[in-house]
Amino acid sequence: MATVLDNRQTGRAAHAAPPATGRRPKFLQYNWLGGLAGWIWLVVVLVPIYWIVITSFKLQADYFSTNPLVPPAKPTLENYRFVLENHFVRYFFNSVIVTVGAVAPAILVSFMAAYAIVRGSAVSRFLRTVNAVFLMGLAIPLQAVIIPVYLIIIKLQMYDTLGAIILPSIAFAIPLSVLVLSNFIRDIPKELFESMRMDGATEWGTLWRLALPLTRPALVTVTIYQGLQVWNGFLLPLILTQSPERRVLPLALTAFQGQYNINIPAVLASVVLTTLPILTLYVLGRRQMLSGLTAGFGK
Amino acid sequence: MTIAPPAVRSAPPAASSGARSGSVSWMAWPALVAFTIFGIIPLFGVLVLSFSSWSGLTQDIPFTGLDSWKSVLSDPGLPHALWITFLIMALSWLAQTPLSILIGVFIAAHKRYRGVLAVLFFIPLLLSQAAIAITYKMLLDPNFGLGAGLGWGFLQQDWLGESKLAVGVVIFVVSWQWIPFHSLIYQGGVRQIPTSMYEAAEIDGAGRVRKFFSITLPQLKYTIITSSTLMVVGSLTFFDLIWVLTAGGPGDATRALAVDMYQRGFRSALMGPASVIAVILVLLGLGLALLVRRLGGRDAAESQLEGI
Repeated sequence: MATVLDNRQTGRAAHAAPPATGRRPKFLQYNWLGGLAGWIWLVVVLVPIYWIVITSFKLQADYFSTNPLVPPAKPTLENYRFVLENHFVRYFFNSVIVTVGAVAPAILVSFMAAYAIVRGSAVSRFLRTVNAVFLMGLAIPLQAVIIPVYLIIIKLQMYDTLGAIILPSIAFAIPLSVLVLSNFIRDIPKELFESMRMDGATEWGTLWRLALPLTRPALVTVTIYQGLQVWNGFLLPLILTQSPERRVLPLALTAFQGQYNINIPAVLASVVLTTLPILTLYVLGRRQMLSGLTAGFGK
Repeated sequence: MTIAPPAVRSAPPAASSGARSGSVSWMAWPALVAFTIFGIIPLFGVLVLSFSSWSGLTQDIPFTGLDSWKSVLSDPGLPHALWITFLIMALSWLAQTPLSILIGVFIAAHKRYRGVLAVLFFIPLLLSQAAIAITYKMLLDPNFGLGAGLGWGFLQQDWLGESKLAVGVVIFVVSWQWIPFHSLIYQGGVRQIPTSMYEAAEIDGAGRVRKFFSITLPQLKYTIITSSTLMVVGSLTFFDLIWVLTAGGPGDATRALAVDMYQRGFRSALMGPASVIAVILVLLGLGLALLVRRLGGRDAAESQLEGI
């Protein structure tokens, strides 16, 4: 008894001691080298972003005469007006159409496929094969198959339409989405499926009334990740569209930069405008977005 | 006695969901069809097209056997593109991995800063590669960029106009975008190492450096494999960034495989040779993924990203 008490006391003492003497457990000591690297790299990451933002509020004339890292004395919205007058609203809506048009169907069909794979793989050889195809699909880089995709789009007579960007975007969103979603559906307790079946629910009904509500966080995460991919996509629009009316934002950005090379504040304002919707989403749904960006590398 | 085991084995599937499985299969069809048309068929299509001399401008595709393969394999541009691809891959791995581990270990141990760093570190991942490339193009411009504005001589070089510097810039920009991401992967890995291992090492009198090399690094093995696979396989497909930043230049200094393919196919109207490059790209990607996996044993795909 005495030893127990004694132990407890020393335990408590040991617990209380560190603050008193300023000595933390050794493995929690401040890691100076890592800290230095971490904070320096934070500066490296933030300086270009800071530069983009402050420069986009400078007049072109002032840009050359002021220190590039000092914010403008009189911030101006002139650059943003200039960018918006150069059809950026249209490009913005093209990007919205492409992103929504690709991500919504991609998530729907991926969710259905993931559900089928989880529910049917045990007995269906077909579904096991489908799963294997999608797993293999993860390894196919878009760049490597872009030439046949281009040919298919020409044959479908869809070249230079927004649909030409949407269809391959759907296809390439599927493998990762199926993988992540099926991992989550697999976590749903078997008993719940069983009781749905007892109640006479069809698989289709179970998909919507059981699997959907229970995997909603995963669905949001995957949607955000794929949305970001399509929104920032560059190769498909570059190859499958041509006319200025079909431009999406990343492409518009490079065209604008080529055209107004010297007008650095205006080009940077266009960079800010194309990123603004994503940044807004990031601020609003940071948690979902953080997990969305790492989707597929763990649940 | 001899009859019983098979009966037991075959019973459960039939009883549980055997009758219903037919009714879910159709749900996989839409995804399968979409992915087959734009993923699987093109994968074989690119091999077929590599035996053609399609220009990409007309609808007729003349098949010319091994001509495209011969022309690409005898072209000194191919070894060069392979070398540049390898160089960018190796150097960006070397630049990113030690720093990412260092920062990851730091963030894992210092909870107070984790939130702030995680939020800010993710910003580069939100930007499109086109936006990043344009920003750096302007930032590094010898006449109008940061160097000229601040009057700092060492920043005032012709970054994208000299071969070696241009390769360096590509590697730096890649690191700028991806080090934060990989740091967060590593911090997830570090946090899964049981603290009891460190406590035991401390009792044995191990110092910090010793602990890092004897515990942290070996325990991070699978995280290193995951992160390296992403880096290595990902670097094969750097296209957006290089294309907007340098378009493969100056000369052909940054003309990696993906850029080379685009140049040949969509700029020079040589879809046959471009398809050959694409086939090489696919094989290289698969080979590298298998190699990294081999080096690290199994379960490499499993990651330790929890708790970001």
